[in-house]
Amino acid sequence: MSTISRDEVAHLAGLARLAVSEDELDTFAGQLDVILDSVARVGEVAADEIPPTSHAVPVTNVFRTDEVRDGLSRGEALAGAPATEENRFRVPRILNEEA
Amino acid sequence: MTAVAEIMDYDEVLRRFDPVLGLEVHVELSTATKMFCGCANEFGAEPNTRVCPVCLGMPGALPVVNGSAVESAIRIGLALDCQVAEWCRFARKNYFYPDMPKNFQTSQYDEPIVFDGGLDVVLDDGETFRVGIERAHMEEDTGKSSHVGGASGRIHGAEHSLLDYNRAGVPLIEIVTKPITGAGERAPEIARAYVTALRDLLRSMGVSDVRMDQGSLRCDANVSLTPKGESGFGTRTETKNVNSFRSIERAVRFEMRRQASLLENGSEIVQETRHFDESTGETSSGRRKEEAEDYRYFPEPDLVPIAPSREWVEQLRGTLPEMPWERRRRVQEQWGLSDEELRDLVNASALDLVAATVDAGASPSEARSWWVAYLSQRANERGVELAELSVTPAQVARVIELVGEGKLTHKLARQVIDGVLEDRGEPDEVIAADGIEVVSDDSSLQAAVDEALAAQPDAAEKIRGGKVQAAGAIVGAVMKATQGQADAKRVRELVLAACGQQ
Repeated sequence: MSTISRDEVAHLAGLARLAVSEDELDTFAGQLDVILDSVARVGEVAADEIPPTSHAVPVTNVFRTDEVRDGLSRGEALAGAPATEENRFRVPRILNEEA
Repeated sequence: MTAVAEIMDYDEVLRRFDPVLGLEVHVELSTATKMFCGCANEFGAEPNTRVCPVCLGMPGALPVVNGSAVESAIRIGLALDCQVAEWCRFARKNYFYPDMPKNFQTSQYDEPIVFDGGLDVVLDDGETFRVGIERAHMEEDTGKSSHVGGASGRIHGAEHSLLDYNRAGVPLIEIVTKPITGAGERAPEIARAYVTALRDLLRSMGVSDVRMDQGSLRCDANVSLTPKGESGFGTRTETKNVNSFRSIERAVRFEMRRQASLLENGSEIVQETRHFDESTGETSSGRRKEEAEDYRYFPEPDLVPIAPSREWVEQLRGTLPEMPWERRRRVQEQWGLSDEELRDLVNASALDLVAATVDAGASPSEARSWWVAYLSQRANERGVELAELSVTPAQVARVIELVGEGKLTHKLARQVIDGVLEDRGEPDEVIAADGIEVVSDDSSLQAAVDEALAAQPDAAEKIRGGKVQAAGAIVGAVMKATQGQADAKRVRELVLAACGQQ
């Protein structure tokens, strides 16, 4: 029972900036089907009175006081950057979009 | 695409279509720290000096919500007459773009913290239009990119981009209106008035700097057209980051005309983001709008849900300051203003300035007259907002005081204010530097009076004969001779005395 098409996998791969080969499209489509089917079975088991859950612990309202804490120095922040210029992170030009 | 020459006349647009607006306003909160980390929330710092592993999206770093930002979000919701969610979550909005180093933005999706409210907007003629509020949700701002190479620092033709992440993670509230229908020809004005009213409200609450020029208040305008007599909404466009109140009005008006022209030619409106060009007043195509599902939103696993207790909400309601509309009513009563006078005051964005001038000791009528008349005119000449003029309410109050003491005439007072506007210091410094003083030395005034009486013997004769109203001509001549530096009241006394009338 295939519910995920090759085209959908290709679209998702594009959104996630992943290079996926033609062969892999078939592989992943099949694997994603298995995952979706498994999740669907959980849905069958869950009764109506059980609300969908996103968090494993029943905790709410964890807040931080609004006080400044030291972060990284600029040198530390930029240390892992592949390229820097004028104390900024340098990235390849961005196509088709406007900041 | 559509040349200006073939774009439809605005009145024609209104004859054929009903505009529908949706406004999205992003407000940067003025908290001390960012939304999910303790980095300082500060505008204008050296690049990449207000960053940490959380806002740089480093592996393993975990966010913690800023409690003050949540309070501000709830307070904003209450001020906008909204419901506060009993329970809500953050969500990840996934997209790849270098302005967010995490490769997602932490936002809220289908569970905004506040929803279903409204804001009464006062239009230029004093009429009120209620704008429905769909929701307001919490999220974080992105980093700032600058584009290197190419012609104009714009993205097109740029060779590479540079990123400063000081702004990444700054708390943002996005306020979304319900579809605004029935606005007709006033749609552009309503768009401007709404964002202005929102700015005033947020400023009075002290939750944001609300500076459009610095990006702490940003507006995206969604516009679509429905042919007259039909129902439903047409395809919309979203004009991004229009950065002044006037531009919002212009952008909406332009989009209405552009879309009407396309529809009239049988073309379709492309759902897309568009950019407003301040210099031409036109919008241009940006990118195709992503579908919401392309963002693959899902509940943020690193943050627990927020469940504001009703006690907390009521406590926050108690911290709301006097709302701008309540203040307007109170001021109108206290200062004895007519509806028109109040409207002029509000339209000139002068209410806060006048109130501060009154607080500094001036009378309401004097303070009002300076800000609404002379200073508004100066602001217009310079193309700036009244509040951006480099004169403070205290300085205006000081000048009013000096006029009251007879040390300045109105003409001289304007000269002093001009000096302050030219950044030449406090009023007293300008007065000292320019040697400005009212000519009160009677001997020099007496000479000018005698000269004027001699030059106009007819008038002098009339005054001597008891027609004191003729003194006006002599006073005028003396004021002219002293270049306005004389105290007109004293001159009049001297004229009458010289003619034996006192």
